[in-house]
Amino acid sequence: MSGIASIHLVENALLVSIQDDVNDTEILELQDSLSRRIAQDNVAGVIIDISALEIVDTFVGRVIAQLAGISKLLDAKTYVVGMRPAVAMTLVELGMYLPEAQTALSLSHALSQLRSD
Amino acid sequence: MPCRSCEVTDLKTQERFTPLARFPLHVSRDVVQARQSVARELRDRGVSNIRVTRFSTAVSEIARNVIVHGGGGEFSVYLDPAAGYLMTVSSDKGRGIADIPQALTDGFTTAGGLGRGLGGAKRLADVFEIISSADGGTTIKMGIKL
Repeated sequence: MSGIASIHLVENALLVSIQDDVNDTEILELQDSLSRRIAQDNVAGVIIDISALEIVDTFVGRVIAQLAGISKLLDAKTYVVGMRPAVAMTLVELGMYLPEAQTALSLSHALSQLRSD
Repeated sequence: MPCRSCEVTDLKTQERFTPLARFPLHVSRDVVQARQSVARELRDRGVSNIRVTRFSTAVSEIARNVIVHGGGGEFSVYLDPAAGYLMTVSSDKGRGIADIPQALTDGFTTAGGLGRGLGGAKRLADVFEIISSADGGTTIKMGIKL
């Protein structure tokens, strides 16, 4: 299970860093465990750090979008942080816009936005 | 659409390429291995970051399709020095694609996905060709200009 780092509780948010060698099975497991932790820990947000990801394809994009949708229903915001410019350009070309997810350039930006809510 | 694919329809033509790597595609970990290997080969040849990202994303889509739709298969990476392309060939022995233009349309899906993978991969690659039949499975060749 090298692809998924553990989930950390930072202030009122869950933080997870996805590693570049994450595979489809691991990312689905992450979606599952994050969804449970959002309700359990009663957090205001989920911060997904994808700065290590060299690519985000339609599958990973869909899982992140679904996770954002799930956390919205559970009254938490999802922040995707650290997206590489090349990844953003490729996602747009694939027609993936992650509408439910907030994006922030860095972890500290996401945390300060969560604090101000 | 220019039919580059019509020039090379026989996979025997692979023999004139220099093979770099070959991977089985059976579990999701294999998809990661295939696209990371392609990214490494491209970076080693000085391909720009954005082009590496675009092409390895296409590889990831296609390699996953082999597992999800084709029941597994294999993936190879070749150099075509004459044309200056890095080529990938993925093949499976699945049911084949009944209607290729339809499968390339964004939004069309048979497995509950987004239906953006195949058409997306085609947009992200410089060369893209599909050979598919109900009894012979599906082979997809993609290339990126070096």
